Amino acid sequence: MLSKIIINGLVSGGIYAVLAVGFSLIFGVGKIMNMAHTAFYMVAAYMIFYATSMLGLPLPVSLVAAIILTTVLGILCFILFFNRIKHHDTAVMIISVALAIIFQELLFIFFGGHYRGVPPFARGFLEILGLRVSYQHLIAICTSGCILVALWVLFKKTSLGTAIRAVAEDREIANLMGMNVDRILLIVMAISVGLAGLAGGVIAPIYMLSPLMWQQPLAIVLAAVVLGGLGSIGGSVLGAFILGFIETVVIFLVPGGAFLQGAVSMGVMVLVLLLRPEGLFGVVFEEERL
Amino acid sequence: MNYLYMFYNWVRQAIFAIPGRVIALIFFIVLFCAPFITDDEYFLGIIVLSTIFALFAISWDLLSGFTGQLNLGHALFFGVSAYSAGLLNVHLHYSPWITIPFGAIVAVLVGLVVGIPALRLRGFYLGLVTLTFPLILLGIFFAFPNFTGGELGISGIDRLASSRIAEYYIVAVIFTVSSLLIWKLMDTKNKVIRLGILLHAIREDEITARASGINTTLQKFIAFALSAFFAGIAGGLYAHYMRIAAPSTLELFFSFQAILWTIFGGITTIYGPVVGVFILYPLLELMSAVPWGEQLRYIVFGVVLIATLMIMPEGISVWILDKLEIECPRCKLINAFTRKKCRACRAPLRLKQKTNV
Repeated sequence: MLSKIIINGLVSGGIYAVLAVGFSLIFGVGKIMNMAHTAFYMVAAYMIFYATSMLGLPLPVSLVAAIILTTVLGILCFILFFNRIKHHDTAVMIISVALAIIFQELLFIFFGGHYRGVPPFARGFLEILGLRVSYQHLIAICTSGCILVALWVLFKKTSLGTAIRAVAEDREIANLMGMNVDRILLIVMAISVGLAGLAGGVIAPIYMLSPLMWQQPLAIVLAAVVLGGLGSIGGSVLGAFILGFIETVVIFLVPGGAFLQGAVSMGVMVLVLLLRPEGLFGVVFEEERL
Repeated sequence: MNYLYMFYNWVRQAIFAIPGRVIALIFFIVLFCAPFITDDEYFLGIIVLSTIFALFAISWDLLSGFTGQLNLGHALFFGVSAYSAGLLNVHLHYSPWITIPFGAIVAVLVGLVVGIPALRLRGFYLGLVTLTFPLILLGIFFAFPNFTGGELGISGIDRLASSRIAEYYIVAVIFTVSSLLIWKLMDTKNKVIRLGILLHAIREDEITARASGINTTLQKFIAFALSAFFAGIAGGLYAHYMRIAAPSTLELFFSFQAILWTIFGGITTIYGPVVGVFILYPLLELMSAVPWGEQLRYIVFGVVLIATLMIMPEGISVWILDKLEIECPRCKLINAFTRKKCRACRAPLRLKQKTNV
């Protein structure tokens, strides 16, 4: 029981963390509230389903193709829609909701409403210290871990990462210092959507696919990002893992937990925010405090 | 006779001189005459649902547009009221005249509870916290299906009135009274009821408002209570009109729909949400009559929404009114676009183009 909780918590926490980092990144740098973030994740999962089940392509090829296509789609959405009206914050949010609905309905038309499954990358399981871990879960955990480490290296050790952090901190000053803010926004959007695509690819064999699968993770990702503090990347990773574990514990230990999983994790978020309004790692400037 | 003449004069100055109000008058006349034009139940049903949703969207505009308290989970008030009205009606057999006000009062209590985080949180944080409340409630409802009907909801609720026409007029009258009431309450130029200008002040700069001696805590609670009250009335009407209180009234998408309608029509206006609902909701419903419409309706909905926001980010009603009305530069009176001089002070409305200097 405990081992199951740990493994499933790590899987869902890791996936939520990858999604939350992407969401937090584009919000922190571009002030774009991208509600279609998990819709990109859904699109990537469906692309893999289409490539493996209908075209018969091998899994690694379809995974790479899905991530690249999703990223291109995200960049197109950014150039065509978000970038043009980026001064109207709420309008950007509404457009992203509309995009998510359009993706959802297109998937309904092409694939129908029933649940779909993708064959796993690798069958069988591994025994670690008496815990039985299937290869599929192991791949998911390792991928999300690697991505998080790679992102940390990107942000702390490379000049691109420094530039991204500078733009997030103060766009105008960064522009004055000679950074091409528009290009950095484009790169950040590509990274963000690429992460969503990767999460979708990893999750496709574990969870069931349906055109409504973007809604539940969206709520959890929003909760995780707020829990950690909007715009703080480390905070959103921590928030995602906390919520992932709470969700798993509720599913395994509470009767009727599958219905209550969202309710409990969001209740935790509300409680944390009431005690600490800026989130776990958020920064509040003195004049903004009420 | 003298009073009649004064009334005529008032109507001429307050309504006929301002294009926006003429449109509003025509809208209300059409709303009340629609049963005489057609007795097709399908069309009248679409209008009834549009009016209910319009009241719901107005209440969102009151809270998030005017007061600036971003509420992404507005369906909470609607759903709570629909469920409590439905439960009261199905189990205790009270008439709709008791259950709908009861539902609205429950919604107000819930609104005051939701208002507590608003004292500490702002902007997107508040939006995300409010977003979670209906989802939490939905999870609880699904976990106890015996009491709430689970995924099926509560069915078998009494009808609002015995005939469809009576139901239509009840909804239309309640909508007209509430929307005019909200419009009057939120009027920033009103010298007696200062609620509108106070809420504007809180949205623009809460700290300055507080420094000017406004009790922002009280005003925010008033905004939450008012908004929840009208959303609750809409929810109760919906439950009794559809005769079901379903989980769909609490879903994420339903909350978003209020926001989509309002922003499409024009935020921080009272007429904007009404325009948005009365364009988008019938469009969506009539799509299902067209071949392929059923599958494509939400795609068309999304495309229309995106196209509108790309061309007019302020909303469609604001964009149209900008074309139809000119504010006098001297006395701030609103004039029709056809006039060259202000109707009160005769100041020229447009600056003359300089010619060959």
